[in-house]
Amino acid sequence: MLLGALAAGVLIGPASLDSGRVLLELLDRLPLIDVDSGLDARGAAIVWELRLPRAVLGALVGATLSVAGGAYQGVFRNPLADPYLLGVAAGAGLGATVVIVTIGSGSAVVPIAAFAGAIAAVALAYTLGSAAGGRRSGATLILAGVAVAAFLTAAQTFVQQHNADSIREVYSWILGRLGTAGWSEVALMTPYAAVSVVVIVFHRRLLDVLAVGEEEARSLGVRPERVRAAVVVAATLGTAGAVAVSGLIGFVGIVVPHTVRLLVGTSYRWILPLSVVGGAAFLVLADLVARSALGPAEIPIGVVTAFIGGPFFLVVLRTSREAIS
Amino acid sequence: MSRVGAVGVSVRYNGRTAVESVDLSVAAGEWVALIGPNGAGKTSLLRALAGTVEYDGSITIDGVAARSLPRRRAARLVALVPQQPVLPEGMTVFDYVLLGRTPHLGYLAAESHADIVIARESMDRLDASDLGARRLGELSGGERQRVVLARALAQQSSVLLLDEPTAALDVGHGQQVLDLVDELRRERGMSVVAAVHDLTLAAQYADRLALMDGGRIVTEGAPGAVLTEDAIGRFSGARVSVIRGPGGEVVVVPRR
Repeated sequence: MLLGALAAGVLIGPASLDSGRVLLELLDRLPLIDVDSGLDARGAAIVWELRLPRAVLGALVGATLSVAGGAYQGVFRNPLADPYLLGVAAGAGLGATVVIVTIGSGSAVVPIAAFAGAIAAVALAYTLGSAAGGRRSGATLILAGVAVAAFLTAAQTFVQQHNADSIREVYSWILGRLGTAGWSEVALMTPYAAVSVVVIVFHRRLLDVLAVGEEEARSLGVRPERVRAAVVVAATLGTAGAVAVSGLIGFVGIVVPHTVRLLVGTSYRWILPLSVVGGAAFLVLADLVARSALGPAEIPIGVVTAFIGGPFFLVVLRTSREAIS
Repeated sequence: MSRVGAVGVSVRYNGRTAVESVDLSVAAGEWVALIGPNGAGKTSLLRALAGTVEYDGSITIDGVAARSLPRRRAARLVALVPQQPVLPEGMTVFDYVLLGRTPHLGYLAAESHADIVIARESMDRLDASDLGARRLGELSGGERQRVVLARALAQQSSVLLLDEPTAALDVGHGQQVLDLVDELRRERGMSVVAAVHDLTLAAQYADRLALMDGGRIVTEGAPGAVLTEDAIGRFSGARVSVIRGPGGEVVVVPRR
């Protein structure tokens, strides 16, 4: 499925290139294979410098956001947890905006600032959520997250408007985009995606242990606070990287893990690895829709994911009423 | 040497004292039942023995201070079955039982074939093998209790702590569960500490009863010596008759 999505992402685009030739062009770059694709230099550049990095970045961001969503759901034992609803992405957005207006958008400091903002946001949402409703109530965590997100988004907008000279730069980024993706974004995102995905997937069994609650996890020899800290930091790091390169793309962390859940059940052993693959495929396809639905104009990809994710969220809300009340 | 030794154990939650300087010693293979009214501190004492709450005083497992044991080691020695275990609805029975192997695994390790075999054996032992693929949300009360016990069994601990194992069950299923626990402790020499509210059942299964009230153990000893009409009336506020059954066993009957 992922391979299919990636192939579609590379094969379909505004410049009509012959599919067979694009595939041959890709094959040609593989070691030991030497074929002539018949694409001219412009065609090859479109494949190599535009479509492929965009598809790869989409896959990295999608995989990271969906596995992070699954991780937050496991750690907070809350089916509605998601990098966006918890305010993590908004925190990352604020951190990134501050750096973009002061240093510029190409800086490697952007993801670091995004991470600082994201960690602060998740800590704030969790503290407010548990103070207001106790750890048992899932709804208050999400409400706290939404409040934190609203506040941080307002702060982000303020910073953005305050610095009129870089407003366009910030604005096009914040809506969520993969459009300007090149190999440098891929290089920036890869370490964040790799660390985040690897750490989270390695904790899949322990997230199943957390599912039986604090006390029983402890009686099984696990320190829940340690697992939670490791997984939250990893998920937040991945989210920060994703936000730094692609802006705010919502709902991936809800849509993908829940779809996987419907297919394979509630064990994180399966949910997390499959969310990595499914998330990558989902975002590449969403990007395909974003750039071809109104072609040649592009819809911000965050709009596409929200179109799918909004209704999906309501379905999850309906089916998990007992779990969050 | 006792398997479990508690000396001067107190448990406090935000200043409220739930357990007050309790001394308790449980031998290998012994079954001790904690009895007493609601709020007497039975659950908190079990939690302290399981190491899931902070406590003052000292608890030793096989002579080693429990507090100095790494969390995972402690969980290999002591298994806890809480009164209302959290059963994630969508999880399969087999995955749930397999969680019992957690203390035997490295932090990020996956289960080995041996762990899977042990989990299957635990399910066989509790006649739960055919439940493996079912989801926890679909189980009846009796099935749930068997599955939770299977998880505790997969933990292969030498001490089993049970909090009201029969509370959610009818008499027949309650007896089945207690019979199973009794067989297991004989087979494996496990020590059992169980909070039991049904006094007759407690007397029938336990070697020794510890009557708790107000966070303290007020009397302790053989069932016949602890279960007197006077003691039960005084501590539980219950009007009961203590009579002897056909086999000479203690039977506690409520009176109007």
